[in-house]
Amino acid sequence: MKEVIRIRDLSFGFGDLSVLEHIDLAVQEREFLGIVGPNAGGKSTLLKLILGLLEPARGGIEVLGKRPAAARHQIGYVPQYPGFARDFPITVRQVVELGLLGRRADRGLLGCLLPMRPNGEGRARVERALREVEIESLAARQIGCLSGGQLQRVLLARALVADPRILLLDEPTSNVDQRAENEIFDLLKTLNERMTILVVSHDIAFVSSYVNRVACINRTLLCHPTAEIDGDLIHELYGEHVSMVAHRH
Amino acid sequence: MSEFLHALINYQFLQIALLAGILASIGCGVIGPYVVVKRITFIAGGIAHSVLGGMGVALFYGFDPLSGALVSAVLAAILIGWVRLNWRTGEDILIGALWAIGMAVGILFISRIPGYQADLISYLFGNILLVPPQELWFMAALDATLLLVVGLWHRQILAVVFDEEQALLRGLPVTFFYLLLLVLIALTVVLLIHVVGLILVLALLTLPAAIASQYVHSLIRMMLIASLLSITLTTLGLAMSYQPNLPPGPSIVLLTGLAYVLSSLFSRRRRSA
Repeated sequence: MKEVIRIRDLSFGFGDLSVLEHIDLAVQEREFLGIVGPNAGGKSTLLKLILGLLEPARGGIEVLGKRPAAARHQIGYVPQYPGFARDFPITVRQVVELGLLGRRADRGLLGCLLPMRPNGEGRARVERALREVEIESLAARQIGCLSGGQLQRVLLARALVADPRILLLDEPTSNVDQRAENEIFDLLKTLNERMTILVVSHDIAFVSSYVNRVACINRTLLCHPTAEIDGDLIHELYGEHVSMVAHRH
Repeated sequence: MSEFLHALINYQFLQIALLAGILASIGCGVIGPYVVVKRITFIAGGIAHSVLGGMGVALFYGFDPLSGALVSAVLAAILIGWVRLNWRTGEDILIGALWAIGMAVGILFISRIPGYQADLISYLFGNILLVPPQELWFMAALDATLLLVVGLWHRQILAVVFDEEQALLRGLPVTFFYLLLLVLIALTVVLLIHVVGLILVLALLTLPAAIASQYVHSLIRMMLIASLLSITLTTLGLAMSYQPNLPPGPSIVLLTGLAYVLSSLFSRRRRSA
């Protein structure tokens, strides 16, 4: 198996506040890694470091053998909170088309300055991404008219349209009901056949049934195969008593 | 109204005023939707008010005041944009400072020029009836620049306006396109100075686009409707202010404000029906 992400002795903080300390992590190609841990434990920060949106204070990260910012165009990212207003006048298809911009940006700065109307291939990619996440029927809808689950699928389609090798998702099901949560994770399982997936989740019991490995983060990191997740481990991770609730999906 | 139409046929200054209104409307109709959907009206206000500094300095040293306005608007846009992107916490303070300092510098320089009061009022509140014919070419060139840039890079600007973080992750030079957007806003402010003056610029820059957003749901359609609406409102404002000899700038702005209030009420009723 080829290594796609390598993190070595990484530490990061906001000012004096230490968020991550001495993180070592290697992610293999086509791995499905769940990142879990308590609130403010550093899960989202780790994703932003992998994306190159934040710079580590110590240690290093390599993504696909390059520094994170240079590998960005091969990463799809679904944020926890959309970075746009829900009343923005834009359709689902246009949002997904914007995910294609990276294919031109890949050609350097000049590529970004060329006019960017999607060509035949681009339009086919958009249709394929819409079909893959099962929202073709919503393509002409305004984003403001979508439910939480539908919007998550749009963000997923936007991340998929540029054919990423790695998909990062930050709490992709925090604003959706249980049925939609199942559907989204079933879809991720299918996508995992062709790409590496890292998903941040607060629901350790739920993600354990989908991922190959769980990275437990609470400032430091402990990785475990999903079979090892039990009450004692969760207690150690969260530092206090946490009830395990069995999911029956 | 018939008196206005009669005067329009006979007086060149009115024909020039009408043309200036149309040229300014195209600019604010194209750029206004970006300001409205990106919610950067306060930034646009900061750029607009800092312009007086450049105009005052240019007038004092014997240059064309619009050239001074252009330079100061572009500099203010780049400074605000740079601080917004790199130094987020100080953004609102910087805008407020540029807003006040720009006006103070402008008033000080203009006060040293004999007969300054008339000039000052027309820069602050505009006077579309005093647009020199040669400035129509300057306005047309600004419009052409705005249309060319938007025509070339609308998708990149849309990506940045919609979701800066994703645009950055897709490899777009977000700083370049964000600063470009602010420079386009700066050009539009300069375009509108003669029509409504720099204090009232915000009304024409945002209200026609805001009205358009109540009826259409695409940026391109918003641009088209905001431009047509703006042409209609500036022409009507000009016509309505002519006979009672009212200042045209404030008349246009009042009419635009009234159109916005009525449209908002109608739009709310339509949604709840």
